[in-house]
Amino acid sequence: MEEHLSVSFVRTEPLPQLPPPATEQGIVKWLRENLFSGWLNTLLTVLSLIFIYKLASDTLPWLLNGIWNTDSLAECREILDGTTGACFSVLTDRWNQLLFGFKYPSEQYWRPTLAFVLLIVAAAPVLFFDLPRKMLIFTGLYPFIAFYLIWGGTIWTPIFALLGFVVGYVVYSRLVRNSFATAFFSGIAAALVSWWLGGFLTDLLASETPALEAVQSRDMGGFMLNMILGTVCVSLSLPIGIVLALGRQSDMPIIKWICVVFIEFIRGVPLITLLFVANVVLAYFLPPGTSFDLILRVIIMITMFASAYIAEVIRGGLAALPKGQYEAADSLGLDYAQAMRLIILPQALKISIPGIVNVSVGLFKDTTLVSVISMFDLVGMIRGPILASTDWNGVYWELFLFASLLFFVVCYSISQYSQWLERRLQTDHR
Amino acid sequence: MTTITDPPKEQFRLSMLLNDTRYRSLTFQFIALLLLIAAFAYLGSNLITNLRAAGLNISYGFLGEPAGYDINQRPIEYTSQSTHLRASIVGIINTLIVAFLACVTATIFGVIAGVLRLSKNWIVRKLMAIYVEAFRNVPVLIWILIIFFIMTAALPSARVYLGEDPERDLFLGLFAFTNRGIVMPLPVFQPLGWAVLGVFIASVFGVIAYRRYATKLLYDTGKLLPMGWPSLAILILPTIIAFYLLGQPITLDRPDPLANRFNLQGGVTILGSLIALWFALAIYTGAFIAENVRAGIQAISKGQTEAAASLGMRPGRIMNLVILPQALRVIIPPLISNYLNITKNSSLAIAVGYMDVTGTLGGITLNQTGRAIETVLLLMLFYLLISLGISAVMNVYNKSIRLKER
Repeated sequence: MEEHLSVSFVRTEPLPQLPPPATEQGIVKWLRENLFSGWLNTLLTVLSLIFIYKLASDTLPWLLNGIWNTDSLAECREILDGTTGACFSVLTDRWNQLLFGFKYPSEQYWRPTLAFVLLIVAAAPVLFFDLPRKMLIFTGLYPFIAFYLIWGGTIWTPIFALLGFVVGYVVYSRLVRNSFATAFFSGIAAALVSWWLGGFLTDLLASETPALEAVQSRDMGGFMLNMILGTVCVSLSLPIGIVLALGRQSDMPIIKWICVVFIEFIRGVPLITLLFVANVVLAYFLPPGTSFDLILRVIIMITMFASAYIAEVIRGGLAALPKGQYEAADSLGLDYAQAMRLIILPQALKISIPGIVNVSVGLFKDTTLVSVISMFDLVGMIRGPILASTDWNGVYWELFLFASLLFFVVCYSISQYSQWLERRLQTDHR
Repeated sequence: MTTITDPPKEQFRLSMLLNDTRYRSLTFQFIALLLLIAAFAYLGSNLITNLRAAGLNISYGFLGEPAGYDINQRPIEYTSQSTHLRASIVGIINTLIVAFLACVTATIFGVIAGVLRLSKNWIVRKLMAIYVEAFRNVPVLIWILIIFFIMTAALPSARVYLGEDPERDLFLGLFAFTNRGIVMPLPVFQPLGWAVLGVFIASVFGVIAYRRYATKLLYDTGKLLPMGWPSLAILILPTIIAFYLLGQPITLDRPDPLANRFNLQGGVTILGSLIALWFALAIYTGAFIAENVRAGIQAISKGQTEAAASLGMRPGRIMNLVILPQALRVIIPPLISNYLNITKNSSLAIAVGYMDVTGTLGGITLNQTGRAIETVLLLMLFYLLISLGISAVMNVYNKSIRLKER
């Protein structure tokens, strides 16, 4: 008995820790927890694996066996000789048409390409705050440079357009210390006057200066057209949307109701009907004899469409601000314009970023709708000239895959950027 | 002694319209109104000048004239001799058909994908994330065209199903997938068949009554009756019994490969364009709905789940009784605006030749009569009415679910 109760039986040091059981560590544990944690999960996993396998076994040979360098579908099918494989050669053969449309002069392709590269440079300081602020000067100049590069013609048009803005801004900044409204409207008036004068001068000077070859709007096409419509309409609709949102929040009943009716009307109809308006109706409302480009009419309608949606997003941002912010601005003695510019809008816009980005992505996708009114954007090119040609009649997957991929890359990166920006602007502590 | 006098009454001066914030808003509104009237007058006078120059007028008389074109999907009686008005109504019904089908399907896709995105299963979660991102970031028009291409170019012509020894057999003996569309059987009701349908409707009410009774019993006595299998039994059994007792009065008009040498006869054909539009809208919008559902479920704090669990509820009941009622409050408003988007996006039908209201009124009628202003105006009015109607419903709903706070 006594030997059994010997104190020396008690351990003086702890046992070395054993490794966890094999099923509770490493990849086995991960698999058990994430893939096979119950009969339902196991079933889902097996189904997903079967699905992935089916998808991969169907598409991979097609992708990997792709043909990249033939001139027609018949030639491509001949090379494939009955085996599965994609005819990506339609992309290499029609690459320029997919990007620039079929009418843009081919020796001028460098111009839209350069405009696109410059777009990245111009957008960078707006998107990333760490870049030197001086780059914003280039951003301000970019619309005029891009216009000149893409449309060509005489260089005086963009120069005088720019000059009008400069004159307007100078007048505005001289007067803004007295009253915002006076300065704002005088600025607009000054700009209008200088544009009017510039119009005369452009006509005088146009014949004497060297110019880039002018390209008509109806010759724009391909993915370039989507990019033009997307960038122009989003950048124009932001300021208009802000004004509409402020108008809808206003205490002045007439202004409020004008904004409400506009916003609700535009949001209530599909974009296609607005494009119909641009295509067949708008001409009736313009002075007789004027001929607007179709592309300009489409830009007007899409901008109206987008600004109504952006106005709603910003209104949400304005409504989400605590009332104290408005009262604080009032108690500092700021007038309406100052309060909005310095206190309300910076915060409201920050809250609205995700919504604005959603609208922009949606708008960029919706630019494909112009193919319905027989403009040859990327989708229009695919449905029209490419699929109708004898060479490539019947090659669908490759083209639509390419189009989806282009849009996916652009839209997905925009939404990733917005998520990054949201984290960046987060000032509350979590 | 001091006398108290009234402060000098401020006189209204004209300059106060510009300088005094109390009156300045009047000035602004007046200017805005003037500008608006001027703009409308300008546009209107342009319109009148242009119409006169073209020898046109604004008139809706064309709606009464014969349309002269065929519509490939006619839910109501329509021939090419019918009027443009009737063509528009056919178009409206076709719009509502595809919008309804797409809304139902998109909800199913969206709810499944949204719930699965929160699954514990890694591979399912990733698959659903890929689905959502892939479909949200590609224009819906491209999806419509892709599915339309599958329906028309990738499927065989009806010929392969024909004859004694066809290249392909009907799927389950009932369905044929052809490049014109999917041919599927149509139920034919003999007089007694309607009785079977009546029995079925009665049993639906029976199920509702049973569930009410079970809930009442639970609240009154705490006794829990089984819900699942009795409901199912009440729903199915009487109908089946009635069906066989009345001598199988509902038959199927199935596609017959032997009746005709050139085309399948019998059954009903669902057009490829309808299917393309329907599924593209459903899959595309489903991706958006999935995000709403996920956000709605995640918006419910984890404490709610834990509180319910600590009351001893089982996971299924926690979902049904605690999480979903709260999540629906977050999910339903964006869900309804997604339905609105489906309805508006269904106007893309014109890209695949599905004859919805944009295809009839805004497409062929516009081209044939040249009445651009009138047709586009009517078209906008139709969509506007639907949107305003749906937002009215949404406002009522939002009011009804608003948190009742003290």
